[in-house]
Amino acid sequence: MPEQTPLQKSSLISDQEAENITRVEELAYEIKVQEVMTPNPITMTTSMKMQEVLEQFRVARISGAPIVEEGKLIGIISIEDLIRCLIKSDLESEIQNYMTRNPFTVKGDDPVVEALKVFVSTKVGRLPVVNKEGQLIGILTKGDITRGLLKALQQDYQTEEVRRYRASHLFEDIESERTSLILRYNIKAGDFTHGGEASSKIKRALSRMGASPQIARRCGIATYEAEMNLIIHTTEGGVIRVEIEPHQISIDVYDSGPGIQDVELAMKPGYSTASEKVRELGFGAGMGLVNISRCVDIMKLESVWGKGTRLRMKIFLKKEDTVGEGHAAKS
Amino acid sequence: MNLEQIIQSLDLRVLTEQKPFHEIHPTTGYAADLLSCVMTGASRGGLWVTLQAHSNIVAVAALLELSAIIITEGAQPDEATIQKANEEGVTLLSSQQDTYRVVGRLWELGIR
Repeated sequence: MPEQTPLQKSSLISDQEAENITRVEELAYEIKVQEVMTPNPITMTTSMKMQEVLEQFRVARISGAPIVEEGKLIGIISIEDLIRCLIKSDLESEIQNYMTRNPFTVKGDDPVVEALKVFVSTKVGRLPVVNKEGQLIGILTKGDITRGLLKALQQDYQTEEVRRYRASHLFEDIESERTSLILRYNIKAGDFTHGGEASSKIKRALSRMGASPQIARRCGIATYEAEMNLIIHTTEGGVIRVEIEPHQISIDVYDSGPGIQDVELAMKPGYSTASEKVRELGFGAGMGLVNISRCVDIMKLESVWGKGTRLRMKIFLKKEDTVGEGHAAKS
Repeated sequence: MNLEQIIQSLDLRVLTEQKPFHEIHPTTGYAADLLSCVMTGASRGGLWVTLQAHSNIVAVAALLELSAIIITEGAQPDEATIQKANEEGVTLLSSQQDTYRVVGRLWELGIR
């Protein structure tokens, strides 16, 4: 967002309010008037007859037009003015007798929200758009704004669709003996605040690449448990490395200590070495490794006490459910 | 039974952003305070009833795609947890009642 938006100038918006700002409101600050206005509108001159206004409005199906003299905007004529004139049966009169002089204007590089403010605070139906030199460059109605915002929202939606489409076809056009994508996440010991973020990102990446919801979920659960183990049990944190290939996902989680004293015991459901403090947070059920083994096809846990732990897992994908090869995720 | 009706019947407080709750139909539920048990037991689209109110419940609910978390006995999550829940699209609801009673009411409403 540019620095000068009124949103940031105003210190009256609280954090809470800022959170509630919708995408439409954001767009009203992002999109410029000149992007949604109708450029090169039909213009008229002061000396034209109201009869001609009527003709132009009818033929071009418009309800207002700016009045320009020697390139400068001097007024605006609208259908309301025309009606006033018709009531008086005064169609032979010149525009200057009915037009509004010095109309409200808006600049082309103003954000749309500036125009919205004018529409709200006045009763005008259209705004002439001028450039920095004050020359007319277009005309703006509320309808133009609505259309522009709808178009931008649709583009937002399409962007996600395109992103999904691209990711789900990632491997298709790449030729190699063995193609894979590797994701790496560094996990800090004791960082409960960010607990679960890496696994969420892994799950999202897999979904975008076209993994089935079941595969994404299994992978999410396995990496979540491994991520929390790094946070809860390690001395210096560790790394989650996920290698995605069309037909399999290999997850490698390793740390540099303290290691597991008795791997067999650690695998037993309900066994946990978690501290009382960690248990109060709801961890330490002794189910982490058990959960992982339920979610993956192959699991290998190696640990040397005093050195560190390495947990390797694999999930195999069915031929019709491979990732990155154009199989759309069915939700 | 949709989430809006559940919120009204159980007099739950909505801690996160409003959503079209009437379009959310929780299929089933799960009650536990141990996160790994939830990981094993909770079903996609289900409700989770718990006493835990710290930020890690959000990650669990997001990963499992739960329809909402009902935090019992009036436990209050902190601002950062609520913010994280909004970011992840997780709905947090609060009840003054204990887990036993909340689950009982949900069962009566047909969430089984």
